[in-house]
Amino acid sequence: MNRLQNLLKGLIKENPVLVLILGTCPTLAVSTSVTAALGMGVAATVVLILSNMAISALRNVIPSRVRIPCYIVVIAGFVTIVELVMEAYTYSLYQSLGVYLSLIVVNCIILGRAEMFASKNGVIDSAIDGIGMGLGFTLAIAAMAVIREVFGAGTFMGFKIPWLCENPFSIMTTAPGGFFVYGLLIAIINKISNGKAITKTEFGCAGCAGCAAGCTNREACLAPEQSNDKETKA
Amino acid sequence: MKNLIFVILTAAITNNYVLVKFLGICPFLGVSKKLDQAVGMSLAVIFVEVLATAVTWPIYHLLLAGRIDFTYMETIVFILVIAALVQLVEIVLKKYVPALHKSLGVYLPLITTNCGVLGVTMNNISDGFNYIDSLLTALGCGLGFFLAMVLFSGVRSLVEESEPPKSFEGLPITLVSAAIVSLAFYGFAGIITKLFG
Repeated sequence: MNRLQNLLKGLIKENPVLVLILGTCPTLAVSTSVTAALGMGVAATVVLILSNMAISALRNVIPSRVRIPCYIVVIAGFVTIVELVMEAYTYSLYQSLGVYLSLIVVNCIILGRAEMFASKNGVIDSAIDGIGMGLGFTLAIAAMAVIREVFGAGTFMGFKIPWLCENPFSIMTTAPGGFFVYGLLIAIINKISNGKAITKTEFGCAGCAGCAAGCTNREACLAPEQSNDKETKA
Repeated sequence: MKNLIFVILTAAITNNYVLVKFLGICPFLGVSKKLDQAVGMSLAVIFVEVLATAVTWPIYHLLLAGRIDFTYMETIVFILVIAALVQLVEIVLKKYVPALHKSLGVYLPLITTNCGVLGVTMNNISDGFNYIDSLLTALGCGLGFFLAMVLFSGVRSLVEESEPPKSFEGLPITLVSAAIVSLAFYGFAGIITKLFG
């Protein structure tokens, strides 16, 4: 595959958050402020690039039966490094991300890319894939954060916006607002792509390690869209 | 006694892991379509959350925060312990309690990477709870997950029959209805604070 395409596919065509529906938890949780969202995006991108490279370099060494635990250890190692670096140099950001920073370990995007891409491709391609997917994640989470912060708090990265900061729609920064904005963004993507975006077979955790780790019954697993639709129609 | 109930209710409703704290969204959106699947998944989550807390709390306080400070290894150790524990539970259930394995077995491997499980173990440490409170919080979080799943699967069965605009079909309309269910939990939270506050 062309390397430029490989880089760009993560941004829009296979955007991990808005099209593949991976990494929903941090997207919803951290998108209340633009600064925190960008911090989360950068942290996840760094972990994604490093873990993609490491896993790709080790792909011939790791036995395929125990690959998921191996991936998790590699990812957890990089997450710990990022955590320590952020604690040392950007302490306020570290505090505002809280437990979600550690939870990058179980972020479906990272394990998903390890399983779907890095375990099959070379180091450089995997690094490019990591950059693309990481930027796509950052873009999506930042877009949500801009909407939620501008309307919900009336500020943008801490700067007050004249009329909105006196009359904010404060529901936007709360949990229901998060779900609502996320649903709205996916609907917009569907509208723009005119239903051509990747179909919902990958909905949920198809790329998630849980399934990859040996879910015996994929039907009950998180891709029930198709099978259930058929049942109801039949 | 009142205190214990308060701990459980706070974890289950005021700080509901799915609808307020956004932990474990994947299974919430993925498995909530049918009631029996939702119940099976939630029972497995309750079981693993309590068990994981029962194991990781002593590990943290006795080993990691012992005489030599290894607390920076928290993330790696916890995720490995949870992964190994889930595997172990699955093997034990398969051998000795096949009936339970049949109903929960499918969901067990899925939970290894559920943010809720890792989240509850780490929050219990960072909030400085003692052992009993940690276990109760884990139980409460599991029950909260159960409540959210059951409520949401009911809502979803109605949403499935509706006909939203084309671009809202599937996930977007599900997320919008999740927003409304989440709104309801704010009302619950008010009741809890009134009762115990």
